[in-house]
Amino acid sequence: MALLEIKDLHARVGDREILKGIDLTVNSGEVHAIMGPNGSGKSTLAQVLAGRELYAVTGGQVIYQGHDLLELSPEDRARAGIFLAFQYPVEIPGVSNMYFLKAALNQVRKSQGQEELDAMDFLNLVREKMKLMEMDQALLNRPVNTGFSGGEKKRNEIFQMAVLEPKLAILDETDSGLDIDALRTVAGGVNALRGPERSMIVVTHYQRLLNYIVPDYVHVLSQGRIVKSGGKELALQLEESGYAGLGIEDEEEAVAR
Amino acid sequence: MTAAIAEQTGAWLADFTSQPAAEGWLRELRNEAFERFSRLGFPTTRDEEWRFTNVAPIARARFSRARAERIVRVPEGVTRLTLGDAQTEAHLGKYASTEANAFVALNTAFLNDVIALEIPRGAVIAEPIEIDIQIAQAGAAHPRLLVIAGANSQAAIVESYSGAGKYFTNAVTEIVAGEGAVIDHYKVQRESGEAFHIATLQAQLGRSATFSTHNISLGGALVRNDVNAVLSEGTEATVNGLYIANGSQHVDNHTVIDHAKPHGASHELYKGILDDRAHAVFNGRIIVRKDAQKTDSKQTNKNLVLSDDAVIDTKPELQIHADDVRCTHGATIGQLDAEAMFYLRSRGIGRSEARSLLTYAFAQDVVDRIKIPALKESLEKYLFEKFHEHHHQ
Repeated sequence: MALLEIKDLHARVGDREILKGIDLTVNSGEVHAIMGPNGSGKSTLAQVLAGRELYAVTGGQVIYQGHDLLELSPEDRARAGIFLAFQYPVEIPGVSNMYFLKAALNQVRKSQGQEELDAMDFLNLVREKMKLMEMDQALLNRPVNTGFSGGEKKRNEIFQMAVLEPKLAILDETDSGLDIDALRTVAGGVNALRGPERSMIVVTHYQRLLNYIVPDYVHVLSQGRIVKSGGKELALQLEESGYAGLGIEDEEEAVAR
Repeated sequence: MTAAIAEQTGAWLADFTSQPAAEGWLRELRNEAFERFSRLGFPTTRDEEWRFTNVAPIARARFSRARAERIVRVPEGVTRLTLGDAQTEAHLGKYASTEANAFVALNTAFLNDVIALEIPRGAVIAEPIEIDIQIAQAGAAHPRLLVIAGANSQAAIVESYSGAGKYFTNAVTEIVAGEGAVIDHYKVQRESGEAFHIATLQAQLGRSATFSTHNISLGGALVRNDVNAVLSEGTEATVNGLYIANGSQHVDNHTVIDHAKPHGASHELYKGILDDRAHAVFNGRIIVRKDAQKTDSKQTNKNLVLSDDAVIDTKPELQIHADDVRCTHGATIGQLDAEAMFYLRSRGIGRSEARSLLTYAFAQDVVDRIKIPALKESLEKYLFEKFHEHHHQ
């Protein structure tokens, strides 16, 4: 059984239709890259899967683990193992990273029938995962993403993913704004989390990230539809010929932040 | 005197005349104050200063005198004064204006029991001075506090107000800070849900004094806080506040920061969280007198509105008569950040928990500025529980 099945998914923000019939099947353990020019609907797809209420789903189906995903609230999706690494992680002054992450982890564990972690076990887990992401422990006591550099924010996303251990991770332009060193660290963290029980959807504009996170499949999104699918070589082909080589142009910015 | 005012003051007259007799200056002070009060009457919404706060429920009520339980913790090194001391006579009633505020006049008219404290010149008091006022019977109480801080002294003062049932607290605090004194003042108001709470803080700040006040307003049905600070040359004043109101609570914060002399600095941050049908008022007046060149003043009022029916009236009032000054002000009224809500929920944190967290976080930066660890912790705990309890209903 597929972990995730997206069938003819349509979504709009306001009057503007952004997703115009997406079909995509993701099996356990697979890594799918979604590429496409600006405005093609990549980020919208990522956010719709995570349950952002800003977008209205107007047609189609999303089946996750055999259940209708679209019926679930964002928190229930997270508890069922879906994780979105945000393109623009949100700063939340006044809420410490530590408190936030502990609350999140314990919610996810509780809903999956596991015991909540006490402070000591949590701290040990967090230390181990921070090492993986080469993160400064001082960040734990800072408010969520507040005053973090762009690179620190992206690392923090993957760090959260490492702690929450999702079944389906959706990475929304995790590479944007990263220098090559930060990109390597982030990709290293992502790769360490790859496994037969974990699927990933990697949304990116550029092929560069896919040198480090090698996908099983690549899909090209244009005007709200997947116009081409293939193996990892498709990304390389895009790198050489550009989206224009496929007859695709950048589209008007359609993503409402 | 109009008939309405005569009727209002008549109700207080019996209590006024039946209080223990006073001699000399105190009798004069009281008589003068009652005379003022009789002339002024309670303010109405036609008074600009009271435009959004209708005190008719107080004016109409017939309060007997309520006994206030006072727990006063005076650390070593602080002198407790009585009404018989010359220092008390020299300062009491000299700062809080009975002319401008009928409630101050009423408080002064009922002055027969004052908490008067003196921090000697140069004394550094490590432990906070704690004044805990509790009212557990119907009626009106007029707590009065006077703190005289000598030059270069240092101390922290915590005023707490609480009670049970329907009563009226009418408090006045005068703080006189000498040259170079460092005074941190906190007022935590957790009155009962039916209580009326009207309070004035008048701070007279000396040259190069550093003063901070935090006004935390949590309880009460009808609340009005006046915080007035008069600065001298090089004085630095921090005037912060946090008000949290739900149900049909009404909370009004008026502040006046008066830069009378050059090189003064003031920082003001008031934050409010409003839910249900609560109504809050913030009016922040900054006066920069003609002589007060090089004044640096910043005022911020931020409001988090959690329901459609809550109302906030916020108004900065800058009166600047000097030309070489820096004054900024800003007010915001907002709801919980939708992006932050989604971010928290996308990590598995439920909607109500996310709301609580963000609401708590909004108040956090005022609470963070509280320098007394025990007070800070107790407030954090109170707020955390309040928001969780409320949103889980």
